[in-house]
Formats: sequence, structure tokens, C-alpha cells
Amino acid sequence: MGSKNTSETPVGVIGAGSFGTAVSNILAEKNKRVLLYARSAEKVATINASRECAGHKIHDHIEVTNDLEYVGQSCNVIFPVVPSANFRSMMKELAPYLRPYHILIHGTKGFDLNIDRKKIDEQNPLSREHVRTMSEVIKEESSVVRVGCLAGPNLAREISDKKPAATVVASHFDEVIRVGQNLLRNDRFLIYGSNDLIGIELCGILKNIIAVGAGTIAGLELGENAKALFISRGLVEMVHIGKALGGNAQAFLSLAGVGDLMATSYSNLSRNFTVGNRLAKGETIDEIIASMEEVAEGVKTIEIINELAQTYGVRCPITETLHRVIKKEMTVNEAHRYLMKFPFRAEIDIV
Amino acid sequence: MRKQKVRYSEIIPRTQQWPIVQLSKNRKAFIEEVSQESFDNLKRITRGRSLREELEMTVYREKLRIKANPWRVDPKDEKPFWRSIQERLADSATLPPQEAKEIEEKLLYEIVSRYSEEIAGNFKRNSYRFAKAFITFGFARLLNAARVKGILSLFSRQLDLDDKIHIVGEPEHIRKLAKKGTVVMVPTHFSNLDSILIGWVIQFLGLPAFIYGAGLNLFNLKIFAYFMNSLGAYKVDRRKKNPVYLETLKTYSSKALRRGCHSLFFPGGTRSRSGKIEKALKLGLLSTTIEGQRILYQEETPEKPATKVFIVPVVINYHFTLEAPALINEHLRRTGQERYYKEADEFTTSYKIATFLFKFFTKGSNISVSIGKGMDILGNYVDDEGNSIDAAGKPLDPKDYFISNGEITVDHQREQEYVRILAKRIVEEYHKYNRIFASHLVAYTAFKMMERKNPKLDLYNVLRLPDEDTVIDYKEFKKAWKKLRKRVLKLHKKGKVGVADHMLEKADAAIELGLNNVGMYHARRPLIKKGDQIIIQDMNTLYYYHNRMEGYGLEKHI
Repeated sequence: MGSKNTSETPVGVIGAGSFGTAVSNILAEKNKRVLLYARSAEKVATINASRECAGHKIHDHIEVTNDLEYVGQSCNVIFPVVPSANFRSMMKELAPYLRPYHILIHGTKGFDLNIDRKKIDEQNPLSREHVRTMSEVIKEESSVVRVGCLAGPNLAREISDKKPAATVVASHFDEVIRVGQNLLRNDRFLIYGSNDLIGIELCGILKNIIAVGAGTIAGLELGENAKALFISRGLVEMVHIGKALGGNAQAFLSLAGVGDLMATSYSNLSRNFTVGNRLAKGETIDEIIASMEEVAEGVKTIEIINELAQTYGVRCPITETLHRVIKKEMTVNEAHRYLMKFPFRAEIDIV
Repeated sequence: MRKQKVRYSEIIPRTQQWPIVQLSKNRKAFIEEVSQESFDNLKRITRGRSLREELEMTVYREKLRIKANPWRVDPKDEKPFWRSIQERLADSATLPPQEAKEIEEKLLYEIVSRYSEEIAGNFKRNSYRFAKAFITFGFARLLNAARVKGILSLFSRQLDLDDKIHIVGEPEHIRKLAKKGTVVMVPTHFSNLDSILIGWVIQFLGLPAFIYGAGLNLFNLKIFAYFMNSLGAYKVDRRKKNPVYLETLKTYSSKALRRGCHSLFFPGGTRSRSGKIEKALKLGLLSTTIEGQRILYQEETPEKPATKVFIVPVVINYHFTLEAPALINEHLRRTGQERYYKEADEFTTSYKIATFLFKFFTKGSNISVSIGKGMDILGNYVDDEGNSIDAAGKPLDPKDYFISNGEITVDHQREQEYVRILAKRIVEEYHKYNRIFASHLVAYTAFKMMERKNPKLDLYNVLRLPDEDTVIDYKEFKKAWKKLRKRVLKLHKKGKVGVADHMLEKADAAIELGLNNVGMYHARRPLIKKGDQIIIQDMNTLYYYHNRMEGYGLEKHI
């Protein structure tokens, strides 16, 4: 493949949220046809009428559709970007139209729970086999094996505003990385490759926890020192959890690890940061979730990791504390006083 | 009362038409083709080294091997051969590049041809027939003599080998697949007996002879060499790890597969040292199935659609592994810091094997061979027609795995990943088709109880517990055993493991059967019952038999 994808085969994007739209716009710059799938016919009609989606203008090369079969059958490469809570059901609908020649590169930074919460108890605690990353969901639900993920500091707003950025395409297959690079790369958008698929996925998922916490610090106006302290401790915690879940430390130092963590922990454009920020200002979690248009994955991730950490005996004070805040067992102020007293051991050799 | 026995007819009655017979008829031409293809591949793949460096490395390693680790089967002219290669390589170093290159390629071709000749099997129809008859007839006679008492029973037809060896799983399925495409059988590997056993299973099921890679060391023994050759074995030399050899070996397997020869290899590489079911499979030979399938698709025409390759996992279950003491000691020596004495492997002389076989047939220890469901090259199950079915029960075309942008493409890294996926699937299937015997469970229970009683000790210390500490109260033992059996049966119900029929008997009876069978021919039986106590006599072999049941998460329930 050359620098421009000149073939007429369209590229698919599933999920017309802000990141899905941003990905479609990048793809549309190099590809003549991009199919963007939105869940409802009404939404398709609105987008088509305004040529605007999730607050972003959409490129002329983008065709919006409500037909998964059409997407599956016309595209060889598809980017699913839907919230983790809907990911598995979306895959179930899409799977009949997928074949092993398809390449799927997802951009969802959350976990899938494949077990009914009620079945989780002390006898059968939540464990890694109940918690799946999106690449694992894709492989479980379809015959697609060439799977990858997108992760990195990619605030959708900035991408749509054509500001420079970079991302990581992670996959066990060099072919997938190559295809991702060819489809996405442009003058303002750099693509790095990684073979550590699970590691990179975990980076994107776990950083959301820290982003929520960083938001609370900003909300309490505790200053930059406190935030830097929090983020760096947060990174250590991410590595510990990540290792317990089958990732390796290197990934966390990459663009998708530290890079993404920085962007989301410092920006009002990040949903997870916003959740923390508003918690600190005194709103309850239910109010915040009800008023947000899109899902902040961090909240669900905090709950899952809190439980997993218990199962695997990993100490993760930040996640535990945030969990108590969300469960209203603690105020944000108490949480910070608690963390300041927590006897963190010396800097740990994490790599 | 005698049960009606299943008899399988030969699926291709005319041996003339067997692909392996065709192959051996044109042996010379085939070896030449293998040499040519390996040669082309090797020229293409450089691995960051020049051809000269590759050759120098090969010569160096081969000379080292000849000196450090000579075997009886090695040909006499090895030394002069490598010396001559080395000399000509050295002489050509000063030639102009073009001429030097010609010589290098010539030398490479010579080496590859030598390797192909060495690897190639020597299948002979007549000796296959003889070996087949010998195994079936001879073993059956031995069995009858031992079991039915009295010399006249040598002529009794009451017992056959299939009374001793239970074939379970999907035997009909593999017979159907063998007619639809090329079968690659991948059994677990615990004992040197496996090769002969599988050979018997293949002919018993009425399948045409398979080709298979057998360790060259087995050819050290005349009796083995004879059976191996006649059963279609080609030779794999574990000592030769140089890329030139490995490429030739892979090409041989891949080409034979493409010719439609059913093949067999032990993907674990060597016998499981620890007694655990293989987890890390050797990917080299396995990769030839994927590469072979891709080439078949590339060469297909509308008139002649590609043959499909089917992977069939097979699990062999013994109560007892003859080599267990030697294997486990080797395993512990490798993993532990402790020094263990090297014992002679029981398969070193024909006499020992003969004694073992006699013991095996004269005492009541059964073997079961579980034939798994066929899979395509990515580990999707196939139906009786050979169609791949995905996890959702929907048909899929494996050709799509090689397609990128609408065309079949060659991507070695992609295929490497596919091999990993396939290997993982095979291991999953092994666990599923593993049949748990009472003997495995008694070993598992006893060993885990020891570990539980000594939570502070690491494995090596548990293995060295003094005699007075290795006694278990029978009542306690029975309780733990029953609890584990319940878990095992639960797993069985979910289709995650197989269970031998005798496991369903009353606890006392099943435990007794287990105790009587676990490691029954070892000089020291690992586990015995004395009064109301269970005594562990040999921790290492107990550990070995216990390992068979690792990987099911049963340790939580003791």
C-alpha cells in the first residue's frame, strides 16, 4: 500500500460518539469512503441533515449508515468505537457479517464483564476470566483474529480541531499495525506500533481511574504539586494492577501509558477528568452520570479494578479510595486527607 | 459375557493408492524436490546473516555435535563430509564475489540434500504389513497367554489388543476426515511407547499409514528403527538446531502434507518431563500445517479445489509411565537447584523394552487413547464433512485467514501468530480430552495434601520430606479424594475433562484401583495403603503422576 489508500474499498467505523467521529474524520482525509455506523435511524438522519456529529463537523468522504450488514460486507477494515458496556452486544450483531479476512482495530478504553454480578460472591470472586478487554471480546464473539487497538493521548475535540497528535496501534499482527498506519497517518497524526496488545489496552483502561482522581484534585484546587504527586503515584498503581492482569510494565511508559495519562489528567476535555472535577465540586456521581452525554469509562473501571485487586491481593490505595468516594462512603476531601497519610513505600522499581 | 467389538474397515483398502505409498515410490524425486524448495527458501530468508556466515556457523555446529554427542545411528562419513565442506568454503573465500557465491550456493545445496536424504522416511509397504500383523497378532497372543492362563490360550481369540487399549472420543470422525482431506494427528507425549501405540491406533482405525517425525535417537535401537521405518517415520534429529537443518525438516513435512500424506507429530517435542500435559508446544513443525494449507489455497484452481488440512489432537492416558522416575528426575534437575543423579533411561536397550512390554501385557493396566474432534488450521472445529465451524456455530472458510484486501497474501509474521493460536487451541483440547484415572487422582490428592500440610515448604523441600512425615490417615485421604472427585465430575459435566469409567465406582473401590495402578511397575511404588494409612514411598514419582492433573484449578478444593 502506498501513502494514500486509493482503492475504493471503504473503511468502517462503528459508533458515532465523539471519538468515533474523530477517527472517521482522520480516516476520511486519506480514504475516499468511510462508513460511519450510528445505532439509530433517527441519529443517522440528524447527522446527515446537519453533517455534524457529537459536536464535530464530518468530512465529505463519510457516509453515515445504520446498516451493520452493509458495513461488514463492504469493508475489510473496521474500527469499532463504542462504550465498553455496549461492546459485546454490538459485536454479537456485527459478527454474522464478519469473516476471518476482516481486520478490527478498536478504540474503546474499558472492560467487558462477562458474568452476572449476582453470581459474584466470596466463593467465586471476580477474576481475570470474567473481565475481558475489547480485543478479547472481538475474538470471543467473531471469527476475526486480526485484531488491534488504538490508544494514546487522543482527546477527540483536539483531533477534530486538526491539532497535532499521535496514537499507538497495538496488535499481535504486524499486518494490522501496518494497515492502521496506512489508513490513519497524516501530517498531523503520527502512528506508533506495538505488539503488546493487552498491555496497551490496559494502559488506556487503567489511566481513566487516575484521570478521575486527577479531576478531583483540580476540583479541590490543591495545586500542581499535589497533582503531579497523584499522577506519578497513580502510574505506579497502574503498573501494579496491569502486571497482575497480564500486562507488562514497558507498555505503561509508552505514549499509550504515560502519554495518555498526562493528556487525560490535565484536560477538561476528558470525560473522566470532568467526573472527578465535578465530584470535588460537590455533585453526586448519579447527577454527574445523568447529565453527561457520553459514558465516562473510568467509573465502571474503578468498580471492576477495586474488586479484582481484592481477588489478586494487589494493594491499590488510589482505586480503593476513589471507589469509596463513588460509593459515598467518603467525601473527596476525606479521600485526599486519607491518601496523604497512606504509608506509600519508597519509589518502587516497576520496570 | 462378551461385548460386541467395534471393527473398523480400512478407509482406502488399496494400499497402492495411499499417498505415503506414492511418496515412497518416488522417494528419490521427492527428496530432490524437498532439497530444491528448502534451498530456495534458505536463499530467500537471510536472518541478517550472509550465506557464508550461515554456512560457517552450520559447519562449526555440526563439527561440534559430532565430537560432543555422537550416536550409533550417525553415518560413518560425517567427519569427511563436513571437513570437505569446510575446506571448500575456506578455499572460496579469496575468490571474486560472484564465483564465491556460486560455490557457497553449491555447498548449501549439498548440505540440504544430505539433510533431506537423512530425514526422509523409508516406508515399505511389505514391512508395514508385517509390522502391522506383528503388533496386532503378537501382542494379542501375549495378552491372551497372560490373561487367560495356560499355554493353549496363546491361540485363544478371547482378548485382543483393544481390550487393553480403549479408544474413546471421536474415532468415526477422524475416519471421515481422512477421506475428506489431510489429517495431522497431534498426540500428547509421555512415553516412548507412544509411537508404537499410535501406530497401532492408526491401523486399528483403518486409516492409511501416517508419516511422522520420530526422534533420531529412537533409531539407535534396531527393533524400534524397524517399526518406525515400516510405520512411515521420518527422522528428526534434536541435536541439529541449525537453521539449515530446521528449514529442510519443515519443508519435508510441509511438502508431504501438501501431497496429501496424513501426518503425525508430537507437538510437545519430547516426552513431558514433568508429567504435566504439554503447555508450550514446539511451533516449528506445527507451522508447516499452516504454511502448507496456505500454499494449497494458493495453488488451487476452480477445477481442483484445495485439500483441507485437519488437526486432530489425541490424548494418551496411562496409569503408569515406564520412564517416569528418569523423566521426573531430569525435570527436577533442570528446574531445581538440587542435584539429582542421572539414572539410565528405561528405554535404552531392547531387553528392557521387551521386559516392559511383557509386564505391560501381563498385568492389568489399561491405556486409553482419546481422539479429539478435528479442527482446521486455526483451531476451529470441523464437522464430518470437513467444514470449519466458528464458535457461534456458523460455517467459515479458512482461506479467509490468508486473505488481505481480497487476495491471498504471504505474511510470515501473521502465520507465526496463527501457529500460536493453533498451539493454544491444541493445549485446550488436550485438557478437555485428558481422561482422569483413579490413579491420577490418588496421586494428586496425596501430593496436594502433603503440600497443604507443609505450607511453609517450597516444592523441593516437600519432595525431600522425611519418611515419617509422608504418611496420611486413610479417612482423611478418602474425604479429600471424594471432594476432588466431585469437582472433577463437575468439570466433566461441563465438558472440560474426560473421566475413566472406573472413577464412578464406590470411593473405596476406586481408590483401591487407583492405588494399585499408580506407578505400578516402578521399583518403588509411589503410594501404598497399609492398614488405615496411606504411605508415600517415592515423592518424586508421586509428584510426576500428580502433575497430570495440574491446570484444572483443583488445588482450591483440597
